[in-house]
Amino acid sequence: MNLEGKKVTLHDMSLRDGMHPQRHQLTTAQMIEVATALDEAGVPLIEVTHGDGLGGASVNYGFSAASDEEYLRAVVPKMKKAKISALLLPGIGTVDHLRMAHDCGVRTIRVATHCTEADVSEQHIALGRKMEMDTVGFLMMAHMIPAEELLVQAKLMESYGANCIYITDSAGYMLPDHVTDRVGILRRELEADTEVGFHGHHNMHMGVANSLAAIEAGAARIDGSAAGMGAGAGNTPLEIFVAVLHRMGVETGIDMWKLMDVAEDIVYPLMTHKVRADRDSLTLGYAGVYSSFLLFAKRAAAKYGLKSTDILVELGRLKTVGGQEDMIEDVALDMKKAGAAE
Amino acid sequence: MTTKVRAAIIGSGNIGTDLLYKALRSEIIEPVWMVGIDPTSEGLKRAEELGLKTTSDGVKGLEPHIVDDKVRIAWDATSAYVHEANNDLVKKHDVKMVDLTPAAIGPFCVPPVNLEAMMGRNEQNVNMVTCGGQATIPMVAAVSRVQPVEYGEIIATVASKSAGPGTRKNIDEFTRTTAKGVEVVGGADRGKAIIIINPAEPPLVMRDTIHCLTKDPPKEAEIIESAKRMVAEVQKYVPGYTLKNGPVFDGNRVSFFMVVEGLGDFLPKYAGNLDIMTAAGLRTAELIAEEILRAEAA
Repeated sequence: MNLEGKKVTLHDMSLRDGMHPQRHQLTTAQMIEVATALDEAGVPLIEVTHGDGLGGASVNYGFSAASDEEYLRAVVPKMKKAKISALLLPGIGTVDHLRMAHDCGVRTIRVATHCTEADVSEQHIALGRKMEMDTVGFLMMAHMIPAEELLVQAKLMESYGANCIYITDSAGYMLPDHVTDRVGILRRELEADTEVGFHGHHNMHMGVANSLAAIEAGAARIDGSAAGMGAGAGNTPLEIFVAVLHRMGVETGIDMWKLMDVAEDIVYPLMTHKVRADRDSLTLGYAGVYSSFLLFAKRAAAKYGLKSTDILVELGRLKTVGGQEDMIEDVALDMKKAGAAE
Repeated sequence: MTTKVRAAIIGSGNIGTDLLYKALRSEIIEPVWMVGIDPTSEGLKRAEELGLKTTSDGVKGLEPHIVDDKVRIAWDATSAYVHEANNDLVKKHDVKMVDLTPAAIGPFCVPPVNLEAMMGRNEQNVNMVTCGGQATIPMVAAVSRVQPVEYGEIIATVASKSAGPGTRKNIDEFTRTTAKGVEVVGGADRGKAIIIINPAEPPLVMRDTIHCLTKDPPKEAEIIESAKRMVAEVQKYVPGYTLKNGPVFDGNRVSFFMVVEGLGDFLPKYAGNLDIMTAAGLRTAELIAEEILRAEAA
């Protein structure tokens, strides 16, 4: 693979996707510490919100240690070069949250929908664009439909005003060929000035390989996180990915040595759940299940005396999508009933 | 009862048509007009075949006939954007409005919770909140009538095929209106609503999760009993309203896991979200009709 001379923007997820393994309990002080260090290492874009995006604080997903607004007001002014982005899932967050984030100084908004439901993002993408934000459409669980169908959804988001569309492998299910197909068709068929991005999960340890495939197929933005701190087995470990890219002659603008230190000295030690491809995370990737279900399934398994891998496989069989965390206890109760009946 | 109260359905789409099928079975209401805006609409054709008068000129086409045809109640099954204009036209002729859009210019109505209390107040316009609100607010109220609820949160999951373009275009309106309904009608101090659209095939039957955080430790036995009664109330008009799991008690959290299967009148059974809306709209109109008849008899 020859990626020599390609340029790519890397986007750190440890303070957003990384909120999942931390049960959304990162403090504002931790957020500031990590973001400042990432900024110092030259990471250009850093996402900060509840794991489920703006407005995600809830019984369903978990209440965060501080509000999105508190996090953003604490972190944004501390950035020297890095920009702070926010995630928004229509159905969970609203345009009111978007306005709040903009008011906090957020200039990149990523509007995420399930990969078949792009048309719920119109009002949020349109407002982001109207406020002259870098507006990204984020198609989640993109392994669930073929590339041609993803393109239709991507074009909808583009028509609402998104200037970048992401293929999001929320389940960490994809293999490099899946990524090549999906990123490739978007790159060929979207407007030339619409960027394409890729967001991976490391459940099958394919984060790095998939992200390389994405760049080769034309992606200009790649998500990862320091020490891989993200849902499931985490996101593409950013320091590893940067090392690989530098070996391949891809310019990132990031100081690899400093980023390694952030991962090793700051992010890894603060993990309350050590992010790795344990059997549950591997099951997520194998069965194509939304990565943030991980800890919920572990808790439900412990509470109801079940195997967490069984719960996850059942959630996959039921074709659950992102945000359906409420299904986990429901499914566990069903399985417990069925077990008692046997 | 010799005479039925006559009613008009504004909106000849899926909701309006399903409502028509239900209203034709009513013992107290007679649907006489179906109002659309598209002369080629399937819904108008179907209504005509079922013996209704129809117009494709919107409420303007209905207005000249309201008095002669004794239309006393109207349902609006169009969209929030045009609801107020529709309401203004019928209001002039003393027509009561049951608003199925999320416009919410009138007070919220969730039949098993506050319909009776609302009667006698002679409201011209009542609003049916949202489909997710109809499916979940009764359970929040089932807890709040036992003890104070600090926070109520609902998650409504609907099949992709049952989420229409109106909902999709303005999904924020769903979350805001439902959250407000959880507070105002459900009785929670603070409300939050989440909607998830799932494209699985075959389509999944509407499911709803309701979490309540009580101020003091939950009175389990009383909540179980109250929930049972509330489910039975809703089942009177939506037989497929089922408490699948729960209540789960976990600290101060009380959670219900519901499934809402529709009657399958016009809309498919999985679209319980739409069915509960039309069923609640009819039930509300029937109580208004009773009130009209009582007033006339007096």
